[in-house]
Amino acid sequence: MQRICFFLLLCFPTLVFAAASQIPLDKVKIDPRDQASLQRGAKLYVNYCQGCHSLQFMRYNRMAVDLGIVDTDGKAHTHLVKNNLIFTGSKLHEPMLNGMSEEEAARWFGMVPPDLSLITRVRGPNWVYSYLRSFYADASRPWGTNNLVFNDVSMPNVLLELQGEQVPIYRTEVTKAPGGASREVQVLDHLELAKPGSMQPQAFDSAMRDLVNFLAYVAEPVKLERQRIGYWVIGFLIVFLVVVYLLKKEYWKDVKNK
Amino acid sequence: MKDSAKGFMGWLDARFPASSFWRNHMTGYYAPKNFNFWYFFGSLALLVLVNQIVTGIWLTMNYEPTASGAFASVEFIMRDVKWGWLIRYLHSTGASAFFVVIYLHMFRGLLYGSYKKPRELIWLFGMAMYLCLMAEAFMGYLLPWGQMSYWGAQVITSLFGAIPYVGEGLLQWLRGDYVVSGATLTRFFALHVIALPLLLIGLVIFHLIALHQVGSNNPDGIEIKDKKDANGVPLDGIPFHPYYTVKDLVGVVVFLIVFCLIVFFMPTAGGMFLEPDNFAAANPLVTPEHIKPVWYFTPYYAMLRAIPDKLFGVVTMAAAIAILFVLPWLDRSPVKSMRYRGVFSKIALTCFALSFIALGYLGWSSVTPLYTFLARVLTVVYFLFFLLMPFYTRYEKTKPVPERVT
Repeated sequence: MQRICFFLLLCFPTLVFAAASQIPLDKVKIDPRDQASLQRGAKLYVNYCQGCHSLQFMRYNRMAVDLGIVDTDGKAHTHLVKNNLIFTGSKLHEPMLNGMSEEEAARWFGMVPPDLSLITRVRGPNWVYSYLRSFYADASRPWGTNNLVFNDVSMPNVLLELQGEQVPIYRTEVTKAPGGASREVQVLDHLELAKPGSMQPQAFDSAMRDLVNFLAYVAEPVKLERQRIGYWVIGFLIVFLVVVYLLKKEYWKDVKNK
Repeated sequence: MKDSAKGFMGWLDARFPASSFWRNHMTGYYAPKNFNFWYFFGSLALLVLVNQIVTGIWLTMNYEPTASGAFASVEFIMRDVKWGWLIRYLHSTGASAFFVVIYLHMFRGLLYGSYKKPRELIWLFGMAMYLCLMAEAFMGYLLPWGQMSYWGAQVITSLFGAIPYVGEGLLQWLRGDYVVSGATLTRFFALHVIALPLLLIGLVIFHLIALHQVGSNNPDGIEIKDKKDANGVPLDGIPFHPYYTVKDLVGVVVFLIVFCLIVFFMPTAGGMFLEPDNFAAANPLVTPEHIKPVWYFTPYYAMLRAIPDKLFGVVTMAAAIAILFVLPWLDRSPVKSMRYRGVFSKIALTCFALSFIALGYLGWSSVTPLYTFLARVLTVVYFLFFLLMPFYTRYEKTKPVPERVT
């Protein structure tokens, strides 16, 4: 991968530097309480992402319980999970691994697709959301696709059938070189939907929000419980503060009178 | 409680100085009655130390100190170990809380002249603890084996390579390898969980023994032992227990409220306590865009980056810490507390505190020409506080110190 990146850098210096500019990220609202959204996100993940990207730190049964895919006893609904979410032959308690060997992955994509268990903690939900929606047609790339947020990414646009094909629209900018000669450069301005996919743009954005919401849940499954316990802890401490303050006041009466 | 008491305590005291120890250090240790909120941070530092040790012990039960297993074992603790997430967040938040508390504790010392005669040794033990704590935090930060763990350790250990003649050899000896690797991880683990905590606890004991030998300073910076009643009890002193135990308890609960708000509602503190890059496993082939230490080291990191020559940068950084050791002998003021010092001391301390905070911000931010310039100016301000101290403390006009505490 290093060698490929280096080679590409040598080939297209201008292109790389043009795209290295900071793209403003779109904001996405994360809500771990929205179980319907998390379930839709999980569905998208196992169908579109998990072929290549593992979630090695997430177990199917925990996901099922946290997402409300449960039987009457409150435990993971074996039948539902096995038939709808496990495509790899894994057992219910096993981590959500992908079905591709690392050697094959490296041969096909030039690198092993990263595990995504913690991706929203590394990049932030906004980055992932923007990334998923920023693929565009680029004939110069091996998979015919590039990404605004992650330039020259090795990943093909697996969401093409849902989103449709976006094409880049350029604008001309005049820059002045240090030597004094000004020249015109093509700067990527925005993306336009050229061929519609199976989803309307709004529906696609909403689906990506579900997917990012799911990944944010996977990155820290304990978040909701952490906050729930937090309210009790802080509540107790505030009551305890009143008690210790009164205790201190009672003792310190002597000091004031001394 | 008398030593000659019968029953269990009598039996115990004949064999172990339990009652006299309790009396000497708690009920019979007289502390000035005018402590303000700055005096909470000593007991809070002890609380955080205990938190770090207890949560640390539990973390080691599931942590795997190998390059291949460390990162996954931390996530295992976060997900599959019962209450593991809480223990881990208490430990990671505790590390930052330790430095918040220690910096405020040290500032208190500067504010009221607590390092001055006869408390020079307390200050020196404290400074040794600060050094020890920095090493402890630095080595602990490598253990999650994330990208910032790895590259932070790579950069900071490389500083030793700047030392002439012995640098290269020293660097390899420290890392146990040519680069930071699994060998570095295992030795940092050993030092982080055994050597440094032992040293730290030993120094805490020395710090407290020295403190109890001379007695506590106070916001007025006067010696309460100079005015005693007929029984030899300082007139302005009150027994540490129960008065300061109940008062410190209030401080503890207030601290815990803030601490728990972070642990339960923002454990990464917006990337300050747990950096985003550290949620990606260490990869020796991919350098993060912006390598920086955790916030508590950034003032020194700003100094290092501000100086173009690597060796001189390292020397400056080391000097910035070393100069704190000689503080008791730089201060020539006849009074201890800032309350009775002249205007120059007040301006100097304010500039010093602000420069330290601003350097911290600059060390945290990406380098720009303006920031580098500012970091240079502030580094000079930082050192001038110490280097000019013998002059402004000696020649400024001080206010008369009261006989008794106010």
